[in-house]
Amino acid sequence: MMGSIIEQASSYAAEIDQVILVVAVLGGFWLLLTEGVLFYFLFRYRRKRSPRAKYMSGESHGEKAWIHWPHNLVIVCDMVIIAFAMSAWYNIKQDLPPADATIRIVGQQWAWRFTHPGSAGELGSSEDVEIVDELHLQVNKTYHFKLESSDVLHSFSVPVFRLKQDAIPGRIITGWFKPTKEGAFDIQCAEICGIGHGAMVAKLIVQNEDDYAQWIAAERLRTKG
Amino acid sequence: MGTVHHSPASQSRLASIWHRYLFSTDHKVIGMQYLFTGMAMAIIGGFFAYVFRMQLAFPGKEVLGYGLVNANNYNMLITNHGAIMIFWVAMPVLIAAFGNYLIPLMAGCDDMVFPRINRLSYQIFLLSVLVLIASFFVAGGGFGGAWTSYPPLSANPAYNLTPNGASLWLLAVALEFVAFLLGGINFITTLMNSRAPGMRMYDIPIVLWMIVIASVLFMGSVGPLIAGAVMLLFDQTLAIGFFDPSKGGDPVLWQHLFWFFGHPEVYVVLLPAMGITAEIITVFSRKKLFAYKTVLFTTIAVGVLSFFVWAHHQFISGIDPRMANIFTITTVIISVPITEMMFVYIATLYGGSIQFTTPMLFALAFLAEFLIGGVTGIFLGASSADIYFHDTYFVLAHFHYTFVPIAIIAVFAGLYYWFPKMFGRMMNDKLGHVHFWGTIIPFNCIFIPLFYLGAAGDHRRIYNYENFPDLMRGHMQDLRIVATISLLVMLAFQGVFLYNFFSSMFRGKKAGKNPWQANTLEWVAESPPPHGNFPTLPVVYRPPYEYSVPGRSSDFWPQNEKA
Ligand SMILES: [Cu+2]
Ligand SMILES: [Cu+2]
Repeated sequence: MMGSIIEQASSYAAEIDQVILVVAVLGGFWLLLTEGVLFYFLFRYRRKRSPRAKYMSGESHGEKAWIHWPHNLVIVCDMVIIAFAMSAWYNIKQDLPPADATIRIVGQQWAWRFTHPGSAGELGSSEDVEIVDELHLQVNKTYHFKLESSDVLHSFSVPVFRLKQDAIPGRIITGWFKPTKEGAFDIQCAEICGIGHGAMVAKLIVQNEDDYAQWIAAERLRTKG
Repeated sequence: MGTVHHSPASQSRLASIWHRYLFSTDHKVIGMQYLFTGMAMAIIGGFFAYVFRMQLAFPGKEVLGYGLVNANNYNMLITNHGAIMIFWVAMPVLIAAFGNYLIPLMAGCDDMVFPRINRLSYQIFLLSVLVLIASFFVAGGGFGGAWTSYPPLSANPAYNLTPNGASLWLLAVALEFVAFLLGGINFITTLMNSRAPGMRMYDIPIVLWMIVIASVLFMGSVGPLIAGAVMLLFDQTLAIGFFDPSKGGDPVLWQHLFWFFGHPEVYVVLLPAMGITAEIITVFSRKKLFAYKTVLFTTIAVGVLSFFVWAHHQFISGIDPRMANIFTITTVIISVPITEMMFVYIATLYGGSIQFTTPMLFALAFLAEFLIGGVTGIFLGASSADIYFHDTYFVLAHFHYTFVPIAIIAVFAGLYYWFPKMFGRMMNDKLGHVHFWGTIIPFNCIFIPLFYLGAAGDHRRIYNYENFPDLMRGHMQDLRIVATISLLVMLAFQGVFLYNFFSSMFRGKKAGKNPWQANTLEWVAESPPPHGNFPTLPVVYRPPYEYSVPGRSSDFWPQNEKA
């Protein structure tokens, strides 16, 4: 369902979309059923067809059963939703798979600063490449990110990855993702951060190994020279 | 001295009007003060929505009646639209206006227990309105850091660039809370102590229960926020640094304080709306409320649970990820009592004799639309789905599907229903129907496209989506235009309401005491009720929803009628 509205470009996009689908199906079922019964009653018991109302308190056991059964079924559906939501949450936010490379992301009013690691995939070497508003990644590599903010709250959001994480000044927040599709995508800031919030956009470029190697070599030359 | 001389007579008349309408301690007048102030604020909030929706649909074009909208204006408009609609429309109208007007009348007493505290409550509220409006015009402009006012953006003028606007805005919010605290004390005390003789706990009309439980929720949740607001004010003005990490503070602390209040707040406004709906659907289906006690106890359950769900607003805000699991469970579980209440209301309609008057249409629309708001909330309560939906238009559409039914649709239901009591005349039912369809259809046409846009990636508080290539694909801009045009239509139809409301006040058909043939005590009083409400205080003999009792020729049975 979600895949047809917006591309899935990370390893966990499909998993999140599946949770959304489960909620849509179960929630949609109850919504249609409840609205259906409501509109049926409005039609069936309009004054013209039903000039005198029934008298019932709804306190007797038999009458309450009409409420309790659907209510118990709602609890069952809730359990299913909670199970799906929690297992996806665990995989995405609690469990950190080993990384092929680590990047640094810094939000500031009103730009994103990205540090690309050296060839060992680790930050802190002389090979680091820092650029503003453009992030280059290799497809099918697992990345850890270190997310920081230098002023106010920002939120690092890549809709095609189904990834969003607030950046908080004074903290370094670690997370992960694995791009699965080559191409150019939007990076947003999803937390209001002042006047420039609406223009705080960056570009994500996911490349294959060769293209990435070429790009980063050129970039290193450019920044050195 | 000036040259104009008032005769003593006209002077005393002026003084008496001044005294009667501005310094009255009559609960009905205070209710009206809240109502009309709330309606005026709704016009401001609606105008702001019009301006920023125009900017979104037609970016960079001049907006009729406002001019060009820059990023700064845009942030100020959305911030204050949200704050006004929640704090200065939903709260004063649902709790304060209906609470003040209805509690003494429906409980069968002559006034609130503390009429002067009541008057003070409105005066502080009015002050908060003035401070808020002043904040739009001070140097640097109005506050634009969103109605949630997250620090460090809201705390540091170097970041928000509105040194005066931000502090005045916060002061206005704090004053408004004080006003409702005073009101809440009155509501609870009056309902518990001043009911008509014979009115036992289970004889209290549901709307009064709901308003009083809402007041308890408000009073229980607002303390941390007032403390937070004071801390934030210190950060803004003295740079103390409660929320500044470089001084050992923590910005996320504010989010906890804010949402510990902010989520119960949803139920603070929802409950009165549910109560209004209960009164109306029973009267216009001539049915007893299905399972009164179940409604009451689920309401209390919702209220208690609502204190344990706040962090669902913070799944991705940097809280410990393990905490998200607990709040997913509590949030999804709160759907149980809420659906229970919905089922009970629908069961009330079963076997009824349903009459589609204007108030009934609005009450039914409240149920039908709020259901959509409730179900879409589950996407956001389920932590992993919320990673994607958080801070998108999906969230925005979801909470407008809860807040518009609450603060607009249910309020209209209540106004059409109690108008005859308030002003002694009937509103025009035909115009009411026109207004109903002119509100409900465009309402859905605004927010259904916004659900889609949110799912497609539109994030919130963006003044111009042309900056985001991925958000200009396909028909996304067309949908933004559809939403804006629907808003224009919806706003235009509110003219029908205003015309109907004010012309019926003077020219409507005389209502009599009990035009809807309802059971509750407010319909025993004259329309409009005089100061003191009842010539002799009523005595209650039965529960409030005894409609269509078998063996009686009349299909209603007023609470005060002896056998
Ligand atoms: Cu931002
Ligand atoms: Cu909430």
